[in-house]
Amino acid sequence: MEKILEIKDLHVTFTTYGGTVQAVRGVNLHLNKGETLAIVGESGCGKSVTSNAVMRLIPSPPGKISKGTIHFKGQNLTEFSEKKMRMIRGVDISMIFQDPMTALNPTLTIGTQLMEGLRKHKNVSASEAKKKAIEMMELVGIPNPEERLKQYPHQFSGGMRQRMVIAMAIICDPELLIADEPTTALDVTIQAQILELFGEIQKKTGVSIILITHDLGVVAKIAHRIAVMYAGKIIETGTKRDVFYNPQHPYTKGLLNSVPRLDERGKLQPIDGTPPDLFSPPKGCPFTARCPYAMEVCDKVYPEQSVLSDSHQVNCWLQDKRAKHILAESASKSF
Amino acid sequence: MLRYLLKRSLIALVTLWIIVTITFLLMITVPGSPFSDERSSNETIQANLEAHYNLDEPYHVQYLIYMKNIAMLDLGPSIKQPNQTVNDLLGRGFPISFELGMVTIIVAVISGIVFGIISALRHNGIIDYLSMGFAVLGISIPNFILATLFIQKLAVDWAMFPVATWSSPAHMVLPVAALATGPMAIIARLTRSTMLEVLTQDYIKMAKAKGLSPWKITFKHALRNALMPVVTIMGTLLAGILTGTFVIEQIFAIPGMGKYFVESINQRDYPVIMGTTVFYSAFLIFMLFLVDIVYGIIDPRIKLHKKGGE
Repeated sequence: MEKILEIKDLHVTFTTYGGTVQAVRGVNLHLNKGETLAIVGESGCGKSVTSNAVMRLIPSPPGKISKGTIHFKGQNLTEFSEKKMRMIRGVDISMIFQDPMTALNPTLTIGTQLMEGLRKHKNVSASEAKKKAIEMMELVGIPNPEERLKQYPHQFSGGMRQRMVIAMAIICDPELLIADEPTTALDVTIQAQILELFGEIQKKTGVSIILITHDLGVVAKIAHRIAVMYAGKIIETGTKRDVFYNPQHPYTKGLLNSVPRLDERGKLQPIDGTPPDLFSPPKGCPFTARCPYAMEVCDKVYPEQSVLSDSHQVNCWLQDKRAKHILAESASKSF
Repeated sequence: MLRYLLKRSLIALVTLWIIVTITFLLMITVPGSPFSDERSSNETIQANLEAHYNLDEPYHVQYLIYMKNIAMLDLGPSIKQPNQTVNDLLGRGFPISFELGMVTIIVAVISGIVFGIISALRHNGIIDYLSMGFAVLGISIPNFILATLFIQKLAVDWAMFPVATWSSPAHMVLPVAALATGPMAIIARLTRSTMLEVLTQDYIKMAKAKGLSPWKITFKHALRNALMPVVTIMGTLLAGILTGTFVIEQIFAIPGMGKYFVESINQRDYPVIMGTTVFYSAFLIFMLFLVDIVYGIIDPRIKLHKKGGE
């Protein structure tokens, strides 16, 4: 399969008065054409920073891509000038933001905001732009598009605004769409509708999607592959099936255990403890302090990637070839 | 919209009536009369003069007479400026004061916003620190001090501009600069802080994600949202500039309204006090109304003619 995006050893740091935060610490990722990759993880694990790095939208200063490469269709985006990057943003790569209530400018009409990207990047006349805008609004399911174009964001409901944000992101037919928590700010029924919309759009346009979320329900619905992120590193990647049915990293298992389920009674099992301080991240595996299976080596050395299958990789000493493998029965006998 | 206009005009009239009444009350509580300091005149002449200007009538009758005249837009004769009505004085002095005030406002708003934007975009840079330092100076130093300083340095010592009076654009430079510095500094600081806030908003990030140029993001997306607080304080600034013109006109010997206004109070020239107060109040009320209209233009969420949110 053709790789549309390949991130290698990406490091992003933020310099503040208090010190340097290492928000992303060596992320390796790839995205195939036409696929949806979900990046999951708790708040502050670096998932949004990674996606902003792809768009080169990290506020600088204080932020900086300190190391690594981001190859988009073979071009290294980290070497692009700001001017060259502007020709990529909104055209080849677009972004959908979390909160539709704040992502639209309250003083400009929906039509202006929808068409400005198109007018800037594609050489189209005002009437062509309007035609395309109406087409997009129909695609994202907004009734009376012609009238709605002249209205302002405050005249739209939350769900409708998110549909508009999506329309703005796809109006220039991008090849990569980054959705940063696109449903977090919406209520559940609207969430479901928006997720369906993503599926429809992908079917129609073949766009590749990176979905950033902490909601595993959303992931289950639309993702093909999943990357689990923790403390600035990808700790496990795999297909949806790999990660949901055969999770190998203790953190992934913990995440899945902490999802409330309708078919099981009993208490939820949260992951105890808090993520490490990224001002001075630990040398070894950052999950050690919270991990029920932690060994001496975990604290000292960061585990290399263990390839479990073509699609499934994990960074955990438990999966290392050198780790002792014992059968479940013998383990229980020894106690 | 028409209903809104009607409502606003009605409120304006009531406001004006209250201002006139309070001014009238204040005037009669202050002891003395326009003729009390004229030592030469005897009692008969005094009585005749007072009868001529209706000052011998009881206060409520004087008040009614004045209200009747003002309803017909007649502000009465001046007592101290012989053979001139208050309408004459206003007609002669106001255009000059208006010119000074308007040029000042335009200069203050444009330069204030420009400095504010530059400071916000070069946030925590040298330009930012410099212009904000000047802004603090501009807010702290009263305009009459600036005016005398400008006259001494720029007009007398270095002879770059005329010292005083009002006849050519060169004459405008010093009084406008003295008067505009304060409001400009306030606008610059306000624009800077609201711009900084707006620039962190999601819709700015979204505009960046669309690949728009920094120029477009600043002027199309950010500035419009950053202008609201500036428009809000425009009302207060207008009042400040208006009263500021009185002082500046005195210093630069500009033949505007300021001279008459100040003199009329010292000389108890009742009709001039009343007339200028009423006129300036009406003017200020009108300007505030314009500010409200500008609100609606900048921010579509503000609807003037509808009640509540829709």
